[in-house]
Amino acid sequence: MKPLEGITVLDLGQFLSAPSATLRLADLGARVIKVERPEIGDICRTLYISDCVLDGDSSLFHAINRNKDAVTLDLKDAGSRPALERLIRAADVMVVNYRPGVAKRLAVDYETVAGINPSIVYGEITGYGTEGPWVGKPGQDLLAQALSGICWLNGNADQPPTPLGLSVADLFSGQILVQGILAGVLRAKLSGKGAHVRTSLLEALLDVQFEAFTTYLNNNRKLPQRSKINNANAYIDAPYGIYPTLDGYLAIAMIPVPSLGRLIGCDALGAFSDPTSWYSRRDEIKRILADFLVKQATGHWLSILEPADVWCADVLTWDMLMQTKAFAELDMVQRVSRPNGFSLETTSIPIQIDGERYKFPRAAPAIGQDNQAVLGKVS
Amino acid sequence: MMEGTRDTLPLAGLIVLDFCQYLAGPSAAMRLADLGARVIKVERPGKGDGSRSLALEGLFSDGDSVNFHAINRNKESIALNTKEPKGLAMARRLVAQADVLIEAFRPGVMDKLGLGYEAIKEINPRIVYASVSGYGRTGPWVGKPGQDLLVQSLSGLAWLNGDADQPPMPFALSLADSYTGVHVAEGILACLIRRVTTGEGGRVEVSLLSSILDMQFEVITTYLNDGHRLPQRSALHNAHAYLAAPYGIYPTLNGYIALAMSPVSRVGELIGSAVVAGRTNPDEWFTDRDKIKQDIAVVLEKETSEHWLSILEPAGIWCSDVYTWEQLTESAAFKALDFLQDVARDDSARLITTRSPINFVGEGIPASKPAPRLGENTEAIIREFDLDNLGEQR
Repeated sequence: MKPLEGITVLDLGQFLSAPSATLRLADLGARVIKVERPEIGDICRTLYISDCVLDGDSSLFHAINRNKDAVTLDLKDAGSRPALERLIRAADVMVVNYRPGVAKRLAVDYETVAGINPSIVYGEITGYGTEGPWVGKPGQDLLAQALSGICWLNGNADQPPTPLGLSVADLFSGQILVQGILAGVLRAKLSGKGAHVRTSLLEALLDVQFEAFTTYLNNNRKLPQRSKINNANAYIDAPYGIYPTLDGYLAIAMIPVPSLGRLIGCDALGAFSDPTSWYSRRDEIKRILADFLVKQATGHWLSILEPADVWCADVLTWDMLMQTKAFAELDMVQRVSRPNGFSLETTSIPIQIDGERYKFPRAAPAIGQDNQAVLGKVS
Repeated sequence: MMEGTRDTLPLAGLIVLDFCQYLAGPSAAMRLADLGARVIKVERPGKGDGSRSLALEGLFSDGDSVNFHAINRNKESIALNTKEPKGLAMARRLVAQADVLIEAFRPGVMDKLGLGYEAIKEINPRIVYASVSGYGRTGPWVGKPGQDLLVQSLSGLAWLNGDADQPPMPFALSLADSYTGVHVAEGILACLIRRVTTGEGGRVEVSLLSSILDMQFEVITTYLNDGHRLPQRSALHNAHAYLAAPYGIYPTLNGYIALAMSPVSRVGELIGSAVVAGRTNPDEWFTDRDKIKQDIAVVLEKETSEHWLSILEPAGIWCSDVYTWEQLTESAAFKALDFLQDVARDDSARLITTRSPINFVGEGIPASKPAPRLGENTEAIIREFDLDNLGEQR
């Protein structure tokens, strides 16, 4: 039995944060019903990147919404209300990511929903919480990153604050919401008590930074200092970073600098025998190392460092990664299809349960695809 | 923030054993503690979790690194030497009475100790047993070190970050560890839900590599279906390799502003740039994004952040200031979030860290207990779980 079999989830979310949360619930065996407004649906359907349109919807939408049912309901139309309330009564979980106040206007806020189904676990993602001056700000990933301080950890010291090149606020807030929802569902199963679980993009980003941020809070508020070259973590000593080689790149994690110098034959690194210098003079060390590593190929360095148990790795593109046996062994790619025969490749769940990586053959639904089956009306 | 009680938290009453070190496994256990579980760290005597002595900026509190305190708030600690028969037997008795076990040893190590899943299932069929690895339990990379930067480097992630003329740039945080920890907690919670119905536990396995690939799932899906075109970072102000101009962070006269998805021509009108305003063909916002970003940057650096925000925000453009932690923590918005707590041990000075990002609205947020000293609860746990009664196997 898959862990969440028998659990029904209503997904009223859009874009990435909330829908990525319900994707994970679907990955774990729940039935997810996506509720969209008629015609337009989730805006993510038309948010194209890389001009990649797949059977009428964007690649992003397909990735985020595989293995879900889809119905359309106009929440502003009183005629839709009985169908919505039937769905709410049948659901164990409901997920939203409206700006604060919008759910109440649409009468899909927690109080209203709990009045219909008291044991429901209601998950909500906002941008910046529900109090304070930022409540009305757009809950958008880059803006949340910009406000969270995270951009001052990333990139090199002479660069502007550099955002992380993925929607990490959306991603982490979605998964943090999953954790809260699952805990709430467990309690609801045992006690019948429902829950209103809430997180925000900003809280998620602070939680992601919590180690470094806690250091800041207790170290006289000394701000992070990125290294000038090859920054990979503002708080970690040299040589930590990615270095160009003659034919590619090499990642090196933690290793005593003089030991590294001996292994690769870089005598200049021998001077750094005082471990405190690995942090205080890390730009200088990294510069020496970068000038040295670039003279030979990645394979050359790996053949010296790996047998010596130095923490190092090649730096791969997706092309290179997907040709490795290790990637094939991981079994992370699956092919999913629509009822009309259209199919595409996407990833699958990162969690294995009882030795198995679950695969579900259903691609993301066309808009209103399951109206008839779920709502009992002609679509 | 209303103070809550741990008794009503969703995982109250559950016992979680954290056999892990550093960040990935312990952060999963921390989240279960945030959600109400009782978490016991099982550590080797003498040194304990390696992160006790691995201090960011050399910062310690009461003998342990401040980052250790952050990761291990709300836990207890028992020191057991599982390399000796007695310690191992005690560990087995403890595992027999637990609901959840999390381990992150290299594949095979727990089996050798007799603490592997199959062995433990025999004595505790209700246990949810979670393993963290670098690259899975099989395959040619099993022996590779499961380290954050290396996993990022092997996963393609570093090609999404930084500008086009830079080497691949890792995300400068331990994101593989963090995301893996999140997935471990998810798998455990899902199996606990199933256990209510079936009465049986389950096995959860997550690797750093699978988690960091899941983090890229949107863009990898795009790559898999657009003819395997590799990501192209923008030459300037890259914030997302797949998004059009103006998406990025721009210097101003006195700081920086972030511009998210917005119509380029409208941004051009608002900032008074005829050349940007003339970009009325949305296709160009992606295909010519470097030039557009440069044209926007030239204008934005001439005035202050406040000036631009006062024009762009009221016009509905998605934009914001770019804050340091100092600016953030001083803001009224941050104060309204009420996100900090003091987890100093009794006799120590203040130790401020973050709280759980998960709110159970209307239920309050209980304060976290401080992180434990190494073996702080050894004697009490031995008594409570009758661990030295080794005559009978429980």
